[in-house]
Amino acid sequence: MYTLIAIAVLGVLCLLAEIFNVRKAIVPVTIIGLLAILGLTATGLNDSADSYNNMIVSDNFSTPFSCLFILLTVFLIALTPSFHQKEVHKISDFVSIKLFLLTGAVAMVAFGNLAMFFLGIEILSISLYVLAASNRLSLKSNEAGMKYFLMGAFASGFILFGIALIYGAIGSFDMAVIQEAGTSADVEDWFYIGAILLSIGMLFKIAAAPFHFWAPDVYEGSPALTTALMSTLAKVVAMAAFFKLVSAMNVNLPDSSQTALMVISILSMTIGNIMALKQNNVKRMLAFSGISHAGFMLMTLLAVSTSAGILLYYASAYALAGIAAFSVLLYVTKDKDNEDIFNFNGLGKTNPLLAAILTGALLSMAGIPIFSGFFAKVFLFGQMLNAGHIILVIVAVVNSIISVGYYFKLILAMYTKEATEAAKPVPFVYTAVATVAIVLNIAIGLYPSFLLDLLV
Amino acid sequence: MQSVLQEIGINNYIYLSTILFCIGIFGVLFRRNAIIMFMSIEIMLNAVNLLLVVFSTYHQDAAGQVFVFFSMAVAAAEVAVGLAILVGIYRNIHSIDIDKLKNLKG
Repeated sequence: MYTLIAIAVLGVLCLLAEIFNVRKAIVPVTIIGLLAILGLTATGLNDSADSYNNMIVSDNFSTPFSCLFILLTVFLIALTPSFHQKEVHKISDFVSIKLFLLTGAVAMVAFGNLAMFFLGIEILSISLYVLAASNRLSLKSNEAGMKYFLMGAFASGFILFGIALIYGAIGSFDMAVIQEAGTSADVEDWFYIGAILLSIGMLFKIAAAPFHFWAPDVYEGSPALTTALMSTLAKVVAMAAFFKLVSAMNVNLPDSSQTALMVISILSMTIGNIMALKQNNVKRMLAFSGISHAGFMLMTLLAVSTSAGILLYYASAYALAGIAAFSVLLYVTKDKDNEDIFNFNGLGKTNPLLAAILTGALLSMAGIPIFSGFFAKVFLFGQMLNAGHIILVIVAVVNSIISVGYYFKLILAMYTKEATEAAKPVPFVYTAVATVAIVLNIAIGLYPSFLLDLLV
Repeated sequence: MQSVLQEIGINNYIYLSTILFCIGIFGVLFRRNAIIMFMSIEIMLNAVNLLLVVFSTYHQDAAGQVFVFFSMAVAAAEVAVGLAILVGIYRNIHSIDIDKLKNLKG
């Protein structure tokens, strides 16, 4: 609970700093503050407590995920000043919106009541609409913001209708009551309709097929840093919240929901990977890759009681690789009006370190050993085999192989093609963030039990 | 209140809000004027508010009505952001027709 309050206070302080004209201090103070909050949250890893009439529950599910979200936000805020170099006077807005977004993210995993969940998802979404449209002179950014807004508000409507029907069937918004009511008696039909509508809304937010069509456009049009935020933080948050909802409702959902989840997972993986193969724009390609990773993460929902640790591991591996990849992308596409693949030509010669980091990040996403993406997939597939979903695992392995195709397209462009322009100076934070992210990625690959044992 | 609810029947209230919700959905899907799409989204959210209040009376529980306050506040914030984006678009292309936003494709 203190995590949530502290982050919100930090966001307000950030806005106040602009008034008192200490703009230079904003980013360092925010990062130090967030790291302090991260430390405090991590000390409470094994405690579980609920506060405000069970509105906020911190337990061994919400605390590790909150730590991951705070860590990702630290990276994203560290990238902010270099990315918005030309709009220094707006830096406090960009940082504070990201902090408020983080409060929404934490509320979405630490909720004990559907009201809190709804507020969390709306805080997260509204901040993202603002960030997506934040480059207001660019028509692309406007268009991305508008599309994201319409899709997001539409999905929120579904989520809200689902919540209303669940409330109608159970008579309470409290997650504990909902879970209990499901196990004891037969519930009204509204409950199932509500659960379906809620799931549809969440699948929109996760961008899983067949509700993914907005993602590539929005990712391409948004400013690159916002795209990084959407494809790492926002996706992982929505996935964790969906996992928590499903595990609360799993007791009383029929078997057909398992089949539906399996179909959605297979569709997301396949559509994401096949569409990614023919993309020329790197942001679009990473959007489709994100859709396929959403498919992989949805697989954890088929064995809800045992796979929370694997979801955390997969999400960390994917998000850290995403942060590393996007910080290189921010450097390469700086001052360019497109993100096409030829911008990366010859990066292996002009900037070997960043090229190596991007290679590592892409290999992790593809699932090549020593990077944690590989171990994430191994644990996930092992879990699914134990649960008896052999067909799903076969499809997933085939998809992993397909995904190597488009990741290598980018890697080959970096190492085999001639550079079109001379090396630009690299802002220090881009290198620093990319290095730390990829090192963390490898580290959790070497010590997987550190994350897996957090959630048992 | 309870007697009115019993007389009309909870099902009819659910049908009404479902119909309103569907009107909202079709408005978003088929109208091309951004303002009308915003209106349709508001209809969707207000259909849910109606449903929440009905269930709140049905269960004799105040939580549903409190939730409506949250959802109204959130809807207001959401539309404020949406209108700001729309103003940005109007400044760039002098139109609010959604069909003119077709730069992002691939």
